[in-house]
Amino acid sequence: MPGESDMNEGGPSGRFAPSASPLVHPHGVTERSPATPSGPSFRASAAKALGDAQLRANFRRAMDGLMTKRSAQFPDPGDLQALRDLGTAVRTRSLLRLPELLEQLEASCTRNGIQVHWAETCDQANALILGLLKARGATRLVKGKSMVSEEMHLNAFLESHGIESLESDLGEYIIQLDHETPSHIIMPAIHKNKGQIAQQFSQKIKDAAYTEDVDELTALARKVLRQKFLEADAGLSGVNFAVAETGTLCLVENEGNGRMSTHVPPLHIAVMGLEKVVARLEDVAPLYALLTRSATGQPATTYLNLISGPRAKDEMDGPREIHLVILDNGRSRIYGDPQLQATLRCIRCGACMNHCPVYTRVGGHAYEAVYPGPIGKILTPQIEGVGLRHDLIHGSSLCGACSEVCPVEIPIPDILVRLRREATHADAASAVAGQGTGRTTSEDLAWRAWAAVLKRPRLYRLSAWFATRFRQFIPGGLPLLKAWTLSRTTPLPAPRSLQERIRKEGMPRV
Amino acid sequence: MPPARPSRVYFYGTCLVDLFFPEAGLAGIQLLQRAGVEVVFPEGQTCCGQPAYNCGYFEEARAVARTQIALFPEDLPVILPSGSCAGMMKHHYPDLFRGQPDEAAARAFAARVYELTQFLVDVLDVRLADLGPPVKVTWHSSCHALRDLGLKGQPQALLGQLANVELAPLARERECCGFGGTFSVRHPEISGTMACDKAADALATEASVVLSTDGGCLLNVKGVLEAQTAPMRVQHIAEFLWERTHAR
Repeated sequence: MPGESDMNEGGPSGRFAPSASPLVHPHGVTERSPATPSGPSFRASAAKALGDAQLRANFRRAMDGLMTKRSAQFPDPGDLQALRDLGTAVRTRSLLRLPELLEQLEASCTRNGIQVHWAETCDQANALILGLLKARGATRLVKGKSMVSEEMHLNAFLESHGIESLESDLGEYIIQLDHETPSHIIMPAIHKNKGQIAQQFSQKIKDAAYTEDVDELTALARKVLRQKFLEADAGLSGVNFAVAETGTLCLVENEGNGRMSTHVPPLHIAVMGLEKVVARLEDVAPLYALLTRSATGQPATTYLNLISGPRAKDEMDGPREIHLVILDNGRSRIYGDPQLQATLRCIRCGACMNHCPVYTRVGGHAYEAVYPGPIGKILTPQIEGVGLRHDLIHGSSLCGACSEVCPVEIPIPDILVRLRREATHADAASAVAGQGTGRTTSEDLAWRAWAAVLKRPRLYRLSAWFATRFRQFIPGGLPLLKAWTLSRTTPLPAPRSLQERIRKEGMPRV
Repeated sequence: MPPARPSRVYFYGTCLVDLFFPEAGLAGIQLLQRAGVEVVFPEGQTCCGQPAYNCGYFEEARAVARTQIALFPEDLPVILPSGSCAGMMKHHYPDLFRGQPDEAAARAFAARVYELTQFLVDVLDVRLADLGPPVKVTWHSSCHALRDLGLKGQPQALLGQLANVELAPLARERECCGFGGTFSVRHPEISGTMACDKAADALATEASVVLSTDGGCLLNVKGVLEAQTAPMRVQHIAEFLWERTHAR
């Protein structure tokens, strides 16, 4: 993949050229992060979030509700497993054929009149979209929900170029009013409760009377947005699944704003990560069934848009032009690693965060990342660099609640362990960004000392003897103990170890 | 498919049981012996290697794991009073040793590993007679016992055999207690909050003791309960079962 930063105005020979240059390119990746292990501190921001009782209550209540709704949709464990097997197989098979399917998608879309553009970086994707808008004199954009556009920080970019970029998903609209980022990938305003939203609407929406009635609040937003849909020069959306065989873009939503954004304005721009492609329309059925049930506990969403081309000559509605922007942003690097590739199976349902005991307690903003929760914990470091996000990679007890509910069985704890390895070791041949930059001399020495003792039973025996004999005198000021005793007493070893007792007293008898 | 009932087994104490819960180790051995199985406890046991493995220090984990595998040469089941260490040996040794000269040996060893309650129920099908006074207990599943080993109610089945024991389930039985090894000291604020929530859940059951099959979870919850001077003990399930079922 060449590294030019200009845009590609479509055509079947896209910039990405998947078949011509293999997706695996461990060398010469231009955006590989410089080795500065000083990214955001998850520990600090999580500690701050833990101190916010209202925030914690909002998340606990919301996540409990989502867990209950999901499990009600999967009453039979056997059926659930069969569906997960199918979903995992579909995503795995799609990824195995990714270069070929992307090429086919481009050909099918082009045949349907959808122009395809390839972007290696977020900057390229942003510039490309700006170019499309400027060329048509567009100054007002309405957006359906899209996490990829969050990844690109598209709103801020367009606004800096004088283009209004308005979120039309209710949750996204709420957080945009406060200049916030999504705290959840499906429910972006889940950190706010009704009262907080009522306050905000009365202050920020012109002529809005204060109300805590949910229907009235929704009607307020609807009134503003309806006008915006009619006035917009362009609409932007994400893509849940892109079907290679038919050139169909699938958009899953509940509010109808996705359909309005993609059908009312004359220009529709869709953005997707390059992993979103599937081979056939039949592949969408199991993924859709898993997505809606896992995400919000719905058997189906209110809308499933299948977008297959712009308005035809004899049609009364629909956009005049559709453009599809396919973004890499580190994904092809992830794709090149057989174990890490599983990250790209994700269908963005958010079930991992709904079930995560850490996410439930700290909320989405504490991650200081576009994608929070367990999936963010493995995706963000792979995109931004493992050293930069070392403390995020370690912000998990590896409890496995995420992979237990993941509809496409991404082994998130195993990938976290792998990334912990990558963060501290630069020796292995791998393409992980920032490899080895999280290594510290103190941790290195600690593990060497640990192994030196534990591979020598006599040294271990001696250590155990000291720990049990001097158990009352363990210095509480040791850094690790200080952390442990923030909420707990100092652990007290037994007076004699099991091994010492067996050595001295012999094996027990019954 | 559980193996035929063996006449001899190995017992692996684990470092946390060795240092903090030796009674649980002795009780585990005795529960096996009483079921008619000879227990072999090899010298030289240290640690399964999980702490280093979970932090990405694979060479160090492997160096330690290698010395441990060598202690169990005979083709006998290896029983552990810990879901987490058993999960490490059973499910992560094959990954840890992938591509190594001793991969086959590690895999063969992993296939012989059992968590204690799993072995007592699935293989030995033990029958327990309760000799203790009425008591109310609660049960904390360890995440690795649940999700790495796929424990499906074996500990509860054993507790259910005890006539005078009432099991009061936690409201969030499947939720992590927040231990997570080095997670507890790298992210003490999050870990501590999870541990406090787990302790509160346990206290709400009004049980007098919280039982588990994992030393890590026990140390974690015990630390919080003690810090809060709460009227509740923690105990390893092996020790609890033995205490209630053997004639003194």
